[in-house]
Amino acid sequence: MNQATSGKRILEVDDLWVRFGRIDAVRGVTFHIEDGETLALVGESGSGKSATALSILQLLPYPMASHPKGSIRLAGSEIIGAADKDLRKQRGAVASMIFQEPMTSLNPLHTVEKQIAEILTVHGGLDRLSARARVLELLRLVHLPEPEERLKAYPHQLSGGQRQRVMIAMALANEPRLLIADEPTTALDVTIQKGILELLRELQGKLGMALLLISHDLGVVRAMADRVAVMQNGEIVEQGPSAGIFSTPVHPYTQHLLASEPKGLPVMAVRSEPLLQVRDLTVSYPRGKGWFAQQTFVAVDAVSFELGTGETLGVVGESGSGKTTLGLAILRLLKSQGTILFNGADLLQLDKTALKSMRRHMQMVFQDPFGSLSPRLSLQQIVEEGLLVHEPELAPGERTDRVAAALEEVGLNPKLRNRFPHEFSGGQRQRISLARALVLRPKLIVLDEPTSALDMSVQAQIVDLLRELQARHDLAYLFISHDMNVIRALATRLMVMRDGKVVEYGAAAEIFDNPRSPYTRELMAAAFVRNSATLGRIASS
Amino acid sequence: MTPINRRRLDNFRRNRRGYYSLCIFAVVFVIGLCAEFVANDSPIVFAKGGELYFPVWFTYSEQELGGELPTEADYRDPYVASLIEADGGWALWPPVRFSYNTIDWNVSSPTPVPPGQDGHMFGTDGLGRDLFAMLLYGFRLSVLFGLGLTLVSATIGVTLGAMQGFFGGKVDLVGQRILEVWSGLPVLFLLIILTSIVEANVFWLLLILGLFSWMPLVGVVRAEFLRARNFDFVRAARSLGVGDFTIMRRHVLPNAMVAAMTYMPFVLTGAITALTALDFLGFGLPIDAPSMGRLLSQAKSNVEAPWIGISVFVTLAVMLTLLIFIGEAVRDAFDPRRTLTGADEEQAAVEPLPRV
Repeated sequence: MNQATSGKRILEVDDLWVRFGRIDAVRGVTFHIEDGETLALVGESGSGKSATALSILQLLPYPMASHPKGSIRLAGSEIIGAADKDLRKQRGAVASMIFQEPMTSLNPLHTVEKQIAEILTVHGGLDRLSARARVLELLRLVHLPEPEERLKAYPHQLSGGQRQRVMIAMALANEPRLLIADEPTTALDVTIQKGILELLRELQGKLGMALLLISHDLGVVRAMADRVAVMQNGEIVEQGPSAGIFSTPVHPYTQHLLASEPKGLPVMAVRSEPLLQVRDLTVSYPRGKGWFAQQTFVAVDAVSFELGTGETLGVVGESGSGKTTLGLAILRLLKSQGTILFNGADLLQLDKTALKSMRRHMQMVFQDPFGSLSPRLSLQQIVEEGLLVHEPELAPGERTDRVAAALEEVGLNPKLRNRFPHEFSGGQRQRISLARALVLRPKLIVLDEPTSALDMSVQAQIVDLLRELQARHDLAYLFISHDMNVIRALATRLMVMRDGKVVEYGAAAEIFDNPRSPYTRELMAAAFVRNSATLGRIASS
Repeated sequence: MTPINRRRLDNFRRNRRGYYSLCIFAVVFVIGLCAEFVANDSPIVFAKGGELYFPVWFTYSEQELGGELPTEADYRDPYVASLIEADGGWALWPPVRFSYNTIDWNVSSPTPVPPGQDGHMFGTDGLGRDLFAMLLYGFRLSVLFGLGLTLVSATIGVTLGAMQGFFGGKVDLVGQRILEVWSGLPVLFLLIILTSIVEANVFWLLLILGLFSWMPLVGVVRAEFLRARNFDFVRAARSLGVGDFTIMRRHVLPNAMVAAMTYMPFVLTGAITALTALDFLGFGLPIDAPSMGRLLSQAKSNVEAPWIGISVFVTLAVMLTLLIFIGEAVRDAFDPRRTLTGADEEQAAVEPLPRV
């Protein structure tokens, strides 16, 4: 990896504490970064890694946050307690930061040129013409295609990856010696993630910057970092060279993190008669009205597949590929054309009553564990709702028993059933969603990215749980995901989608071994390259 | 009680200001509801000739008591009093011996009588009516009117807002246009015209004000429904086969209710002030009704008697303030994000951090 370290410490953090109200988010963290080096802060959500990063530039919501102890020395000068005036000189010039969410970190009302030029004029005092020249130079540096035309573009006209490149250009505008990247690729599609990571490495080599990378994604960390610091509950539990940490982790938490990538093999079902047969399913939306013809946007274009009892069909694609729309259309939550044969009946031909009685056999689990549960209903109310609709004859006592059984099945204590969703963590909420689906004993569950909002170790648990439930109840899953690792651990069949069309469809094992379409190969390369730690070699070769 | 409601109650109690406001208001309101037993021009009960009489509920003529007139007995008349006490009878009087419309002729100075004189705690108005009794009855009428109007407008506003937001499309389009036309009508002129056609009483006023007071609620409820109808938990409910009406009631409405409830205290106080204002202008309740607004206009015409204006002002101000405090506390109690104390604040403190 990049060993161009000069031995001079650009950042020294010594016994840093961060306190919010009465709780300590960061407790006595000590680390340093040398010039040109990459240090990764790894940890799950709530481990305090973002709080640590934000305190380096003093961007926490003061005075709600405070530093009871500790020191941060950036390029030799103390940051904690420094005057605002001095801090502003450091921000952007000595150290700058890129954020996770490319959509909200750019001002939607300013053009690309204006956003980047602002930093140049504030810090460098450049005039308009020379600022424009420098902006162009920066955009070329981050490989933004057609930089001259992009100058006048607004953020919404750029894709997610392009926005992240603009963010990086902004961060680089004054050639900082330290770049803090807070989950720079988490919100991006895998193929784009790869490009951004390569760009960061390339820039680091070219400009000799130090990089502080904050991530929960071990694949990214392994590919990028020289040294790794593992954080848990606000403390650094293990710190050392990347190779050492990954090959011989010492602390139990690190071992746990490393072991928590989704593993295992899909349940191999005995091939039975297909439960779900979809033929030429098309979903289109009206998109604006012309004078004579209505324009339509085709989100799902003539998709056909089969799914048998006890099988899992993995639907893979990047954002905008129509995979979630497909899931919603199959459950008839969206209008669509085509045929959906479920259990022998064409769902699209069913009337309201017949559809309602069919609904108990097919359920959905959503991506966002926060949005998919009514915040004002207790667990009991959430889980029993389906029973109220489909088995109204149950006595309240029996209903409570069924709810308790469903909760137990997903690994939750039934005693918690009078609690509200906001008292549970993301992983627990996904379990609640699963219990809601399971209580009706369905045959098919559509899982829309059920793990992608969760921490790594929780992801693995949910995947294990899903597999176990499938074996026990002979469930069919339609598993929608962008994460190849999860898909590999669950799917027996695989469908790759792009722009609403099926790119490749077949047995999962075959496709993983021998992908035929170039797009599938690209997806897999992007997803698995990071794990095999070869990105560093690719970029530096 | 379900655990949810118990928690809401706990939350409400924890809001000290709202809780004490409710206690004070409850006491005053109960006294107001029993106004006939607190301030009245007839005894609560009297005995005569071994029989008990309840003039609060029944009307007795003077003849029935052994007098001469066939009209209702005037118990404040010394003659009637002597009739009752004639053969070992007794009478239990309420603490204040005036009703809201009792004119006290036995005053030692020209009306309005200042406070504390001739047994008038707060003094009298220009006609010699006891101010305390009028305020008590007026308070009761105002609060009941306000609650009634809030109920009417909440029902209409939430229903219409929910329908428009949930179904969207054409329903929403038509509904919004009607709302725009409706909100363009000049409410005050309509009220003046209508009250000059019909003889205004409480129910007419409730109807007329109810026709217009629901509009602010539609906007907030509609917005919440529009937002919530595409939430995952609504989708989840749909995929469970739950019907439209149940989804609206169980999943969306509770979320919209916080927004609606934010408005409720203001609708309530707005209703009370609207009634007062109409009475003040003379377009409101009939002349013999116990009304804050009429008292205010009396205060205006009797500037030399500041106790009238001051006592009405204090009553109105205290009543409206208490209602707002209670409304705020109820609203917070229904907000699930405020259900926890310590742990919740900690949660809030960590929240501004970017998610990982």
